[in-house]
Amino acid sequence: MYVAVKGGERAIENAHAWIAEERRGDTDIAELSIAQIREQLSLAVNRVMAEGSLYDPDLAALAIKQARGDLIEAIFLIRAYRTTLPRFGASEPVDTGAMACDRRISATFKDLPGGQVLGPTFDYTHRLLDFKLAADGEALEAPSREAAPGDVPHVTDFLNREGLIEEAPHDDTPPPDLTREPLEIPAERALRLQALTRADEGFTLGLAYSTQRGYGRNHAFVGELRIGSVPVEMDIPELGFSVEIGEVTLTECETVNQFKGSKIEPPQFTRGYGLVFGQTERKAISMALVDRALRWEELGEDNVGAPAQDAEFVLYHADNIQATGFLEHIKLPHYVDFQSELELVRKLRRKAGAQQVQEAAE
Amino acid sequence: MTEYNFAYLDEQTKRMIRRAILKGLAIPGYQVPFASREMPMPYGWGTGGVQVSAAVLTPEDTFKVIDQGADDTTNAVSIRSFFQRTAGVATTTSTSDATVIQTRHRIPEEPLHEGQILVYQVPIPEPLRFLEPRESETRKMHSLEEYGLMHVKLYEDISRHGHIATSYAYPVKVEGRYVMDPSPIPKFDNPKLGDMAAIQLFGAGREQRIYALPPYTKVVSLDFEDHPFEASKADHPCGMCGATDSYLDEVIIDDAGGRMFVCSDTDYCEARQAAGHMGKDNGGKDAA
Repeated sequence: MYVAVKGGERAIENAHAWIAEERRGDTDIAELSIAQIREQLSLAVNRVMAEGSLYDPDLAALAIKQARGDLIEAIFLIRAYRTTLPRFGASEPVDTGAMACDRRISATFKDLPGGQVLGPTFDYTHRLLDFKLAADGEALEAPSREAAPGDVPHVTDFLNREGLIEEAPHDDTPPPDLTREPLEIPAERALRLQALTRADEGFTLGLAYSTQRGYGRNHAFVGELRIGSVPVEMDIPELGFSVEIGEVTLTECETVNQFKGSKIEPPQFTRGYGLVFGQTERKAISMALVDRALRWEELGEDNVGAPAQDAEFVLYHADNIQATGFLEHIKLPHYVDFQSELELVRKLRRKAGAQQVQEAAE
Repeated sequence: MTEYNFAYLDEQTKRMIRRAILKGLAIPGYQVPFASREMPMPYGWGTGGVQVSAAVLTPEDTFKVIDQGADDTTNAVSIRSFFQRTAGVATTTSTSDATVIQTRHRIPEEPLHEGQILVYQVPIPEPLRFLEPRESETRKMHSLEEYGLMHVKLYEDISRHGHIATSYAYPVKVEGRYVMDPSPIPKFDNPKLGDMAAIQLFGAGREQRIYALPPYTKVVSLDFEDHPFEASKADHPCGMCGATDSYLDEVIIDDAGGRMFVCSDTDYCEARQAAGHMGKDNGGKDAA
């Protein structure tokens, strides 16, 4: 006997209770603290801040805990929280040239002013499971020395002095705001970069990789990759000058790309740019490659039809919160549409069946 | 819950959405871009409808939410409780008592009256999307009123299958100008879109579009003279209330192919049963 489905409300409540229990796991095991996540899973925290577009390590750590380690779910929690925050204003542009670098490498010059600083990188670790970590490891202290004094100049500036790399003219036009205006195509570079910096890391990585394998190849060298903290300044109207309100850790990647020249541009090196919250270098490098691929039109290159060159394709599909929501919505009931499809298929089959019978008779 | 504004969104955002709604009402069927916000439910789960509802709800409103025609499907329950918590508005399951109805995939069976607002959740607002994936192209096609591609698609259906093989999200033309996606309602519901007394608002959150039909707008389902549009439904009466004029869900009741048909609009079905109408699976005096 059919009974109309009731009790959706109770089912939802129970599902919430169950997931809360699952989140905690075995209560004989100590509960994770927000501080533990922030300090010991800091790269996960960085990704959540970057793609959540909100620089707050404690909130990101909370989101990771609440999401049971599902980073896209955590990013979603941060985004939903972020939209409710009032806006007091905008900061001055940060000066990455004044960055206190933890890491700064160039793949294009062996040595350069400011030096090569490896910093805390996985790069030359051997990827062998460290079973010592499974036991209670004691805290290790890395050797340290005084930071070299002075700013660390950008590598691209050296090339610029010789006129070998395209100019990046100073522009004071306020950039559009992706979170306050609907995305419309064609999108200028500032808007594309804004979308890319919060884009899904995996999607951006895949696109960047596709350019390396020939789908819109743009011959990128990592001119420079730097990670460190920069001061954030804000103009306070009442004071009439800007004051430092805090600092953020950023990863910046500038690629130097081979370019043989086009109808509108002379042979020179061209630029790709990535700037992402936190220590997120895979994302920053990917972003720079995709940025460069998307610039084909302004540099007078051919569109070879590569996915990474297609701004509409890239920008409309790079946001993992949009993507995961729409993907997962197919779990919702669709009985009404399915019913109308059932009737349509039955009708089509009746027609096809009648035709076959008739053909057999003939 | 005091930490959020009435109906969750801040007043600035609501004003932005109301502007888009007004523009939509002024140009029926035209998709107005709006700066959709991240909502606390996923994109694709009604965020467009939720934002439109948040922008039109007032504390005096009575709110109804249906999904697949039913008030008690899980996502309808979730959206209703969201507005109960954030707006504290009265809620109802009665179609006639509601002042704002948010819906996914259905138009209520009971005709709506003046003063009501029907808010649709829209997944893909662009009726031309599956013919042309590029937004930059489809916007051009709309502005040039270039709908040939859609007619070719419908014609190809007829030449291949003998009739138009679109059963839901069936495209309509609004006031002789814009071709519009009515959201994935079954084409059975299409005739209710036109000349409706209520305001109809369509919200697509992920795609950042709002569009609208003011009351008594002319809405025509696309067809050909020799293949006129036909609203279809399962050819049965409702097993519970005996209605012959309502859209039906097919429910599997055993593992031997047994099934019954029942109204997808739960309020309509329950009201009929309360008025003494019984279908063949329910005591049966109205069994047709």
